[in-house]
Amino acid sequence: MTAELVRGQNHPLPQSRLEIRVSAGTPMVAAATLGDELGKIHGVEWVAHPGTPTLPGLEVSRQAAADHRLAVDLDAMPEAVHRISVLLALPTGAGGPARFGAVPAPFVAVTGLDGTGIASYTVAGLDSESAVIALELYRRQGAWKVRAIGQGYAGGLADLFTDQGLAEARQLAGGIHEAVAQGLARSVPAPPPRPDGDRSRQPAAPALGPDQGGPTSTTSGSASTAGGSGPVPGSPYGTQTPGIPGQPAPQPPYQGGEGVQPTAPTSGGGIDYSHPRRQTSAPPPPPPTAPPAEPGRPAQPVAGDATGWSMDERLYNQVWGMFEDLARTTAAYRSAVDFAESRMEKELDQVLSDPRSRIGGQGDAAREAAQARHTELVNQAQAALDRDVAQLTAESEVVEPALPPAFARWDNPAWHGYRVPMEIPMALRLGDLHLPECADLRIPMLIRLPLERGLWIDSGRGASLDGSFTDAHDMRRLAMETAVAHAARLLAVYPAGEFTVHVIDPAGSGAQALDPLVRTGVLAGPPATGAAGMADVLARLTQRVDLVQMALRGGAPESLPPGFDTSQQLLIVNDFPHGFDDRAVNQLRYLADEGPAVGVHLMMVADREDASAYGPLLDPLWRALLRLTPVPDDHLADPWVGHAWTYEPPLVPPGSQVLQQVLTKVAEARAKHW
Amino acid sequence: MTKGQAISLQKNDGGSLTAVRMGLGWQAAPRRGLFGSRTREIDLDASAVLFADKQPVDVVFFRHLVSDDGSVRHTGDNLVGGVGQGGDDEAILVDLARVPVHIDQIVFTVNSFTGQTFQEVQNAFCRIVDETNGQELARYTLAGGGAYTAQIMAKVHRSGTGWTMTALGTPANGRTFQDLMPAILPHL
Repeated sequence: MTAELVRGQNHPLPQSRLEIRVSAGTPMVAAATLGDELGKIHGVEWVAHPGTPTLPGLEVSRQAAADHRLAVDLDAMPEAVHRISVLLALPTGAGGPARFGAVPAPFVAVTGLDGTGIASYTVAGLDSESAVIALELYRRQGAWKVRAIGQGYAGGLADLFTDQGLAEARQLAGGIHEAVAQGLARSVPAPPPRPDGDRSRQPAAPALGPDQGGPTSTTSGSASTAGGSGPVPGSPYGTQTPGIPGQPAPQPPYQGGEGVQPTAPTSGGGIDYSHPRRQTSAPPPPPPTAPPAEPGRPAQPVAGDATGWSMDERLYNQVWGMFEDLARTTAAYRSAVDFAESRMEKELDQVLSDPRSRIGGQGDAAREAAQARHTELVNQAQAALDRDVAQLTAESEVVEPALPPAFARWDNPAWHGYRVPMEIPMALRLGDLHLPECADLRIPMLIRLPLERGLWIDSGRGASLDGSFTDAHDMRRLAMETAVAHAARLLAVYPAGEFTVHVIDPAGSGAQALDPLVRTGVLAGPPATGAAGMADVLARLTQRVDLVQMALRGGAPESLPPGFDTSQQLLIVNDFPHGFDDRAVNQLRYLADEGPAVGVHLMMVADREDASAYGPLLDPLWRALLRLTPVPDDHLADPWVGHAWTYEPPLVPPGSQVLQQVLTKVAEARAKHW
Repeated sequence: MTKGQAISLQKNDGGSLTAVRMGLGWQAAPRRGLFGSRTREIDLDASAVLFADKQPVDVVFFRHLVSDDGSVRHTGDNLVGGVGQGGDDEAILVDLARVPVHIDQIVFTVNSFTGQTFQEVQNAFCRIVDETNGQELARYTLAGGGAYTAQIMAKVHRSGTGWTMTALGTPANGRTFQDLMPAILPHL
């Protein structure tokens, strides 16, 4: 029976292994501090937070989320610890709500490992606070108890830690928010909401989800609601999944042709009477439908079997649907396996504690039975996963060849028949994603165009996933090659002259990798080297951002100088911060902050360690960028369940001339355009 | 359907159901004459709790609209109810084929989030529909209920290779499904 606590009330804890579950309407940070008999925190190492999620007997999550499960083992607590405070804080700088008064009251429950409720507490009555001590677990005469606290702090985590007597309060609070922001930067942006409307409303305040990062991301939904806003294609499982109305979201869904407009959308102005989600009045051509399935067998998958106003949009939605289905089916598998394991452990514990099991073979029989039950459930889960993965693999096999160049791998024949497009595609493939359970099934990672965030190709060293160690030099070369492959793809999928690439390569170390871009003449100018060249490129782009911003703020985009180049701009920066002085760094930060809104993007090819001398000054810069890696790396989370997906960059197959051919065509078209 | 009654979710032709929908409908509070827009809203919420061996594993409600495995989906919160024509105002869809193998029971509940008891709610019902053909399998009427704010409607549980639905119809009190957990456990 769960005791519902009111503020100040306490309740005994019957067991030492606990879970603290937090459900809130919006993503928040969960942390815990350990205190001694007097309640004093001995130092930052007594705080579990997203940057340091694990302490002896205590684990918190690494990300801000609307739902948390904190694991606590009171027996594993050091003797000196007499108090564990569970904290919640709203993430800063992500554009989300800044005060608890603006979000639904968080609900905190202390449960056993099996989910049995022990005590719960709704942290109500907060207003301008942005951090709160929700609960306290404390030792009293050898026994542990929980008390509802609900003490909020308007000054956030820094004030909270100061109040708890921690000397490094401010630095720690900053570090936590930084760790959370990095978590945001790791995540794949959520898919756009489904285009069809919905009569129902979402009462919880829409907020920045844990899986969406960057101030420019306006996608709806906390973790708990993001699932409802995903594109839901026709079921690939053959079991006709009914159409599900999506959740309304503040982000405008994809509109056919919207992307075609130049970088300067008109601001202000009158009311747009057109339907917000329908731009054409003609109905779209009917999507290809799967032939009726033979009884008892799943339907054959068909490329484009999803909703959308064009084939590209349908394929995009289908790919996102496959992404979500794979995330969810894997979640089902993992959940079943976890359950099987915890049940077996419990049964084995019972066998051990039962004195009868010591007599004869009863204990062995019971152990074997428990193991058999475990094996049976895991096998069933595996069978269900295999069934779903087989279906998704079949779908992937028809979808991949049907993808247009912007969505396709470099080895796709679509690239051999490449022609410079007339329209901006709705999305771009940034690479492939897969999960360890089914490493052969690759989901295209499609992100919407125009880019909402810049890209960061991380050339930081580190052992890659397969354990092989790539040395720093190779890593930098690979990173630059990856950057070139991304830039070439962007150049190729935009109509002639609508995408411009600048390069800063201060020491010329990227010359070899940049060769395909330089030789074909698709760059705006030769890569800038040396201080003067860098300053020139940065000054021009900064001025451009200023100009467009001024024009937009003045409501007069037409007042831009005649002949103004309205194309999207991409600045590739190699070897950062090599060659950067303070002024250049400031300009770069300005571009990262203000650029995306006016079509100026960064692609940093950098190792964050190299820039560590700048300290937290550059944190917002890294945070604003989507981190990609030149080698497979499992740093991206999906927006539904939050699995760690392995990302693989889209590299041109070795020996292939496709990049060269495509860039040659782009260069020809650019020459005609100008 | 009456309390305690169980029906097998097998189709007449012997195949088992693949997808069911639990629909919930109720009539919005009547509008008054002057200042009629100031209605006292009635917000009923449907939730589904997924159990494995009597342990709650996942829950689908207005703040978590899709179970992590994707098998149970809530179509979204309706805060005021409908016009009482019998349509579903909230629905939870269950794709039975995709329910993870360790989940053996799914319990459906209804709570009055705004606190009105079922005595005050008009024309409230709850029904289970075969989603593949729209056929109604079972229907309950909530109205005329007593002074309680929640009801544990039904459970769908594995039996043999298929699924069976059992009507529970147990009154309870609480604002969200969390409050109902103690009342649900005896029915597992």
